Amino acid sequence: MTIRSTILVNIQKIAAAYERDIAASLNDDVALFDSGLDSLCFAVLVVRLEDELGLDPLSSVARFPITIGDLIKLYENSAKQ
Amino acid sequence: MKIQPSNSLTLGEFLKHSGRAADGIISGANGCVGFKEIVEGTCFQDNAVSFCGRSVLLATPDQLTTALALVKLDGLANRVVLCPHDTDPQHFKSIISDAQIDTVVCGENFSDVASLGLPIGRAHSTVDSQNPVPIGRRRTEWVLLSSGTTGSPKLVLHDLASLISPIMQTTKAVNSVVWATFYDIRRYGGLQIFLRAIVGRCSMILSHAGEAVGAHLARLKQHGVTYVSGTPSHWRRVLMSGAANTISPVYVRLSGEIVDQNILDALHATYPGAAISHAYASTEAGVGFNVIDGKEGFPATLIDGHDPNADVLMRVEDGSLRIRSKRTASRYLGDDQPSLMSPDGFVDTGDLVDLRGDRYYFIGRRESVINVGGLKVYPEEVEMVINKHPAVQKSLVRGRRNPITGALVVADILLKQRAQLSNLNNNQELLAEDILNRCRAVLPKHKVPAKVRFVSQLDVSATGKLVRDHE
Repeated sequence: MTIRSTILVNIQKIAAAYERDIAASLNDDVALFDSGLDSLCFAVLVVRLEDELGLDPLSSVARFPITIGDLIKLYENSAKQ
Repeated sequence: MKIQPSNSLTLGEFLKHSGRAADGIISGANGCVGFKEIVEGTCFQDNAVSFCGRSVLLATPDQLTTALALVKLDGLANRVVLCPHDTDPQHFKSIISDAQIDTVVCGENFSDVASLGLPIGRAHSTVDSQNPVPIGRRRTEWVLLSSGTTGSPKLVLHDLASLISPIMQTTKAVNSVVWATFYDIRRYGGLQIFLRAIVGRCSMILSHAGEAVGAHLARLKQHGVTYVSGTPSHWRRVLMSGAANTISPVYVRLSGEIVDQNILDALHATYPGAAISHAYASTEAGVGFNVIDGKEGFPATLIDGHDPNADVLMRVEDGSLRIRSKRTASRYLGDDQPSLMSPDGFVDTGDLVDLRGDRYYFIGRRESVINVGGLKVYPEEVEMVINKHPAVQKSLVRGRRNPITGALVVADILLKQRAQLSNLNNNQELLAEDILNRCRAVLPKHKVPAKVRFVSQLDVSATGKLVRDHE
C-alpha cells in the first residue's frame, strides 16, 4: 500500500470507529478539520501511521499540515529522508 | 488557613463596581449578555427556588448559562459545584452526597437531574431584567471536579479568594482586552480565564462543545478577541485549521499540558506580534507560574529563589514539583479522602521535573495519569472496563506520546489461556474490536484505547502490582 492509500484508508477506519461523519470526497484540497475528523481522531491516525509506516514526522514539524494533501506530502517527504 | 482579603468582592460585585459595566459582554455560541444586564437581572426562570445559603450542583449544558448563574450564585449560595458538560450523570449521586448538595441548577432539559429528589432551579442563557436577584455577600465555596482513579470525580474545594489570587496582582483593567479560551470555563484552566475577564471587567467569548474550529475562530474575530488561552492541543487544532490567521491575538496563553518548543515556535511564527506564555496550573495546586521567555520548561530560579514572602513557593522533592500558595485548593470533599497537601502546606503536583542547566523540564508523572489534550485519564478506570471482558485475564493501560494531543491511551492485554489459544487461530482484530466496543459503550472517547496490543505476559512487582512504565 502506498503512503497515500494507508493514510486515506486509516482516516475512513477511524471515522467509522469514532462515529464521525466523513467528507464525501477526501481529495488533497480538503482541510483536515473539514474531513470530519476531530483532534482525538487525528491523534489516533498519527499513532496508526507511526506503527504502520514507521514514520512520525508531526513530532518535529515546523509547520502543521492544514489540508489532506499537506499531510500526505509530510509523510511522503519523511519517508524519503 | 486562608486569609480572606479585606476588600474581597463577590463576582457580582466585581461587575457592579465596574465603571464600564455597560460595555462588557459575555458571549456564547448562541447569544451574548451585557455586564449591566447580568448585574440587574437574573438567568433563573422563577423565584420558586431560593439559593440563599444553599449548596448547589450547577449542571447546565452551555457555558453562557453557567457564567450567568455563577455571577448570581457567588455570594448567595453556601457552595457551588461546577459540572462540565461532559460530566456523566451517573456520578451526580456521589457528588451530591460528598458535597452535601441540597439544590440543583440545570438548563431547559432536566431529565438527568429530575430523579435526584432535590429542588431544581432552571436557568437559561438569557437574562430577565424584570426579576432581579439580589447580590449576596457570603463567602461561597467553589467546588471543581478533578478526575479520580475509579472514574468518579474528586471534589476539589476552592473559594473565590484562592481562585482569583493569581489574578489580583497581575491583571489591570485594560480597555482593549477581550478574553477567549478554548477551554470549558467549568474546568480550572477555563475558569481562570473567565475570572480574569470578570475581575478585569473585560469581555469574554466562551467556547462551545462541538463547534467547528473555523466557526469558533470567526466568532472570536467578530468580537475582536485579543487575549486567547488554550491547551497545546487546542492550539495545534487552530494551527491545523487553515483559519489560524482569522484572529490576531496580542497575547497567547497555553496551559493544561506539557508545552513543547515545537508548539511555542509554531505559534510564534503564526502570531509574530503576540506575547506567548505558558502557565503551569492544576485544579488542586492552582496557578504555579507563568513562563514568558518563549522557551519550554521553566527557569530554575523559580525553585531556587527562596523568597519566603513570595506568593508561590515551589520545591522539587523525589523528582516532583511541589507548590505552596494561597492559590491552592483547601481540601477534597467527601469521606475518606486523602489529604490534598503535606503538613507544611505543599501540594505534590505529581509532575516530574528534571534540571538541565539552568532550567527545569517536565518529563512525565509519578502517578500514571495520562493527559489527553488536557483531560486526565487514570489507567485503572480503563483497565477495570477491559478486565470485565470474558477473554481478558489482565490489562495494562498506559499513555503513549502524541504530537496532536500530547498523549493517547493505549492498552496491553493479557488474555486468559483458553482465549490465547483460540485467539491464535482467529482474527485478533475482531477480538480487539470487541474489547474496544465495550470501552466505547461506557467510557468517554478520549479514555478509549487508541491501540490494543495482545501480550504474552505483564510484569508484576514484588508487591503484586502491575509495573507501570513512566514516559
